[in-house]
Amino acid sequence: MLPKWLRVERIVRLAFAFALALSSHALAEGPQTNTHILSPVSTPATQIYQLSLFIIEITGAIFVVVAGLLTFVIIRFRERSGDDQSEPAQVYGSNQVELAWTVIPVLIVVVLFLTTARVIFAIQDAPMPQAALEVTSVGHQFWWEYRYPKQGLVGQDFVAVNELHVPLSSADHPTPTYIKLLSADVVHSFWVPQLMGKIDLIPNHPNDMWIDPLQPGIYLGQCAQFCGVQHANMLLRVYVDSPERFAAWAANQARPAVQDPSVAAGRHVFETQACMNCHVVRGTVATGRFGPDLTHLASRDTLASGMIPNTRDNLRAWIKNPDAFKPGCLMPAMQLTDEQIDQVTNYLETLK
Amino acid sequence: MSAIPLVPASYEQEWHLPSKGRVGMYGLIIAESAIFTIFVVAYVYYIGKSLYGPTPQQVLDVPIFNTICLLSSSVTIWLSERAIERGNMRGFGLWWAVTITLGTIFLVGTGMEWYKLIYHDGLTIRTNLFGTTFYSLVGLHATHVVIGLIMLGLTLIFTLTGHVRQEHSERVQVLALYWHFVDAVWVVVFTVVYIVGR
Amino acid sequence: MADQTLPIHGALDLTPPRESQHTLLDILHDWVITVDHKKLGLMYMMMAIFFLLVAGAEAICIRIQLAVPNNHFISPQTFNRLFTMHGTTMVFLVGMPLVFAWANYIVPLQIGARDMAFPRLNAFSFWLTFLGGIFLYYSFIGGPGLYGTGSAPDVTWWAYAPLTAKAFSPGHATDYWALALIVTGFGTIGGGINIMATVLSMRCKGMTLMRMPLFTWLMFVNGAFVLIVITPLTAAQVMLLIDRYLGGHFFDTQAGGSATVWMHFFWIFGHPEVYVLVFPAFAIASEVIQVFSRKAIFGYPAMVAAVVGIAFVSLGVWAHHMFTIGMTSAGNAFFVLSTSLVGIPTGIKIFNWLATMWGGKIRFATPMLFCTAFLFQFLCAGLTGIMLSVAPWDWQLHSSYFVIAHFHYVLVGAIVFNVFAGIYYWFPKATGRMMSETLGKWHFWLFFIGFHVTFDTMHFVGFEGMPRWIYTYPADRGWQHLNLVVSIGGVIQAIAVLLFAYNLIWSLFKGKIAGNDPWDAWTLEWATSSPPPIYNFATDPVVRSRRPLWDLKHPEDPDWKYD
Repeated sequence: MLPKWLRVERIVRLAFAFALALSSHALAEGPQTNTHILSPVSTPATQIYQLSLFIIEITGAIFVVVAGLLTFVIIRFRERSGDDQSEPAQVYGSNQVELAWTVIPVLIVVVLFLTTARVIFAIQDAPMPQAALEVTSVGHQFWWEYRYPKQGLVGQDFVAVNELHVPLSSADHPTPTYIKLLSADVVHSFWVPQLMGKIDLIPNHPNDMWIDPLQPGIYLGQCAQFCGVQHANMLLRVYVDSPERFAAWAANQARPAVQDPSVAAGRHVFETQACMNCHVVRGTVATGRFGPDLTHLASRDTLASGMIPNTRDNLRAWIKNPDAFKPGCLMPAMQLTDEQIDQVTNYLETLK
Repeated sequence: MSAIPLVPASYEQEWHLPSKGRVGMYGLIIAESAIFTIFVVAYVYYIGKSLYGPTPQQVLDVPIFNTICLLSSSVTIWLSERAIERGNMRGFGLWWAVTITLGTIFLVGTGMEWYKLIYHDGLTIRTNLFGTTFYSLVGLHATHVVIGLIMLGLTLIFTLTGHVRQEHSERVQVLALYWHFVDAVWVVVFTVVYIVGR
Repeated sequence: MADQTLPIHGALDLTPPRESQHTLLDILHDWVITVDHKKLGLMYMMMAIFFLLVAGAEAICIRIQLAVPNNHFISPQTFNRLFTMHGTTMVFLVGMPLVFAWANYIVPLQIGARDMAFPRLNAFSFWLTFLGGIFLYYSFIGGPGLYGTGSAPDVTWWAYAPLTAKAFSPGHATDYWALALIVTGFGTIGGGINIMATVLSMRCKGMTLMRMPLFTWLMFVNGAFVLIVITPLTAAQVMLLIDRYLGGHFFDTQAGGSATVWMHFFWIFGHPEVYVLVFPAFAIASEVIQVFSRKAIFGYPAMVAAVVGIAFVSLGVWAHHMFTIGMTSAGNAFFVLSTSLVGIPTGIKIFNWLATMWGGKIRFATPMLFCTAFLFQFLCAGLTGIMLSVAPWDWQLHSSYFVIAHFHYVLVGAIVFNVFAGIYYWFPKATGRMMSETLGKWHFWLFFIGFHVTFDTMHFVGFEGMPRWIYTYPADRGWQHLNLVVSIGGVIQAIAVLLFAYNLIWSLFKGKIAGNDPWDAWTLEWATSSPPPIYNFATDPVVRSRRPLWDLKHPEDPDWKYD
């Protein structure tokens, strides 16, 4: 065994740490908010990470050998000044040598394949435990819909939008989340690097993936398959909560919308203008399915699929002209008067 | 460097190269086969995946007469090739004309089949997946038949005006190769569309 | 053009040429109507360089936009068009014309032929390819007077269905894209048939298949290979147009059509396409490394077998671009295996090139510098390719900037570097003048440094989880520092390419007179004058080995003794 500091894995980790440190003030804010594939917090992501270290060791070794040979050849066999101008000895080939550099790669391929296949089967064919949570994610241009059917911690089925909440899992009491991936329009891809690699959401082609986050926090990601003009702002946020907090969140989400008579004017605007054609507010007459469910809009941290913080000013500006934030998004500016916008904003702010 | 004769005097070896016309036609056939493969794969993949009718079972009849015509045209064009190789220009022209006739019968048959499908059964290219894949695949083949017939027809005109002679036998064979290919593709299309898919 | 300096006696027709007029219009007319393989080769090359500059400019716009977070340099719509056009242009209007540029110019000369097998088909293929380029870029200009032309395609060069359906891509930009690719595809088929027929049917006496230069071998394999590579794309594009114009349902997910079928068809073309593009690079390296190491290629039969092997294996690996679409675990495992198999013949090639250099006397002129850098970069690209072939890791790396870095290592680090090597190597043959070595070295080092600044860094951007195709990114992701570095490298590369363009023009008029065989090389193209006469060789050459000019220069130790 090599001394510890010389182990390839360690060197690789150091190199990555260095590269990441160059860029990561994000890391300083806490381990949750990065999107790096090298800081996994979920079993499948960790398995991938460990596999990747092994691959880096192998490819690194190949690199050192071949690049070393190349460097040697460049230095040793360059034409020197004062050469006699004669041609070097002509060598046309050697079967033994060529056999050697055919057989060695074959062996490497076999090792790589077997290791990889093991991880593929471990992740893709993992049996779903009883305690698992099932969520259906539907990709839309350019936002995410999450359908939670009634089960375990979820007392009643509901739909959440853009911010996926899942319960914390632990090694001795695994509560993984199984996500079924569907698409309402074009191909999208679900990618939260710290939790799992990406899997596509394809119309007419249901997929699934699973995650079991082992640390609470907010994990970021985004759509990873080009899906149209605002592909760049189809951001993902996964909230990993303790089971109790998750259950509380789910209970709130399952409730119909808050009815607050003080914002009746805003609700009236919402229900008489085109808003309700695209948006659902459960418990009211607004039942549109094209846009995101707004029943608990005010309980969300962000607007516009994770693009901007959910503040009053942002919400108001968004309603006034969504294109100002997200040019090309499918929500039109409804040409409301300033007063109507204020009223709708007031109304939406009550939808906790 | 002084001029050195590149040809060693002793070097007298037989030197044969394949005909470039044949090689070129084989190249085209390889490329066309790949195109057909993709269309055939699409057809097979979408068998039974239409969300609404009509289905192949309901509307497709097996075009046996058509198929016999097209396949026998491969035989007649072969007779024609043999004739020109032996310098029998009359036989060449005769079999060539028969080939064109058989090809035309096939094309007319396809046209009648499509007429029935469109006006009687209401199946168009936009009706369902079956319509899309059927018209695309059979249409792609029919396009090749049309191109083949144009080439054959031009050759026939040249033959009748006396411009085709025995020394053109290789070119004629290259063209015939294309026609054989079009026939061979029909075997695949026929199997997939009228036997497997029905 | 004295015949005496040529190694082949009687290679030139010494009767004085007919006086011809030389107005600009005459020259232009000459080029437009030409069926000469050399002129067509140069036209392919000029087309490729022109579009390389265009698509390079698009890349620079992309990099300016991404240099800092939340940038507003260009709109998202423009950005999406730019990367679509950048990819499409580089593959179909730079990479493919380059294949035919080399094949056209060099192959007939190397096999001692006077032209390609079908000269008129050759001209037709070129003009089809050119027309495809016009179609694609016409979508940009058009203007408000012509409905739908005022925007370029913005669906990525993969154009995944159903984003390309009328519902999601209205207007005609996507139609121009599909049409352009069909048209260039026909040009490619014509070109492929021509190369195949030329190599099989036009070889000079004694040039058996196993005596052909490796360059010609690679081009031959490529010529046959494109016939089955480009055609699935043509077929799929026809289906797409049937969907868009005739209301078909091939990729219409609302009517039972499948989005994944498009993916399969696209990548059945898309992956082997990479090899179609890279074979010319291998071809150039195989010539340059021999000549500048002063040694015959090591393991010629293995090199031939390796390239045929790569071509075959690459037809069965396409779905490694689709590890994320939810295939079964067995399917994923299969494509892991088939993909890593490509590494074996590729490894053989790298080792044989190294062995060719081993024991040689390497002259580091500009072509060899580029080829040496190619070896290094191709090694890296192969290794990152192994990483991507590992399906689970690919779930992380797929569509991230790591992939962008990987394939630019192939497309730029291998192909573009070798294209530069080839241009420096054969420029004297085509023009009769050497390219400036001083400018060449500047070009090499600037490009080398710019390349590594950009694409080495990009791997780490990928590790940080930045996906491709995004027109901007929030500052809180921490991607900005590395992105800035990437953009700076892009600018350095741009400067190097402009230097190269300047070198081309300068050398064309002011370059040192080259002579017929400036590199002391061994294949037949160096046996005729520079530039070669229209008929190439007045008497058909006869060869006895793989290196006919070596035999002439070293009668005491000719290659044919070992044949």
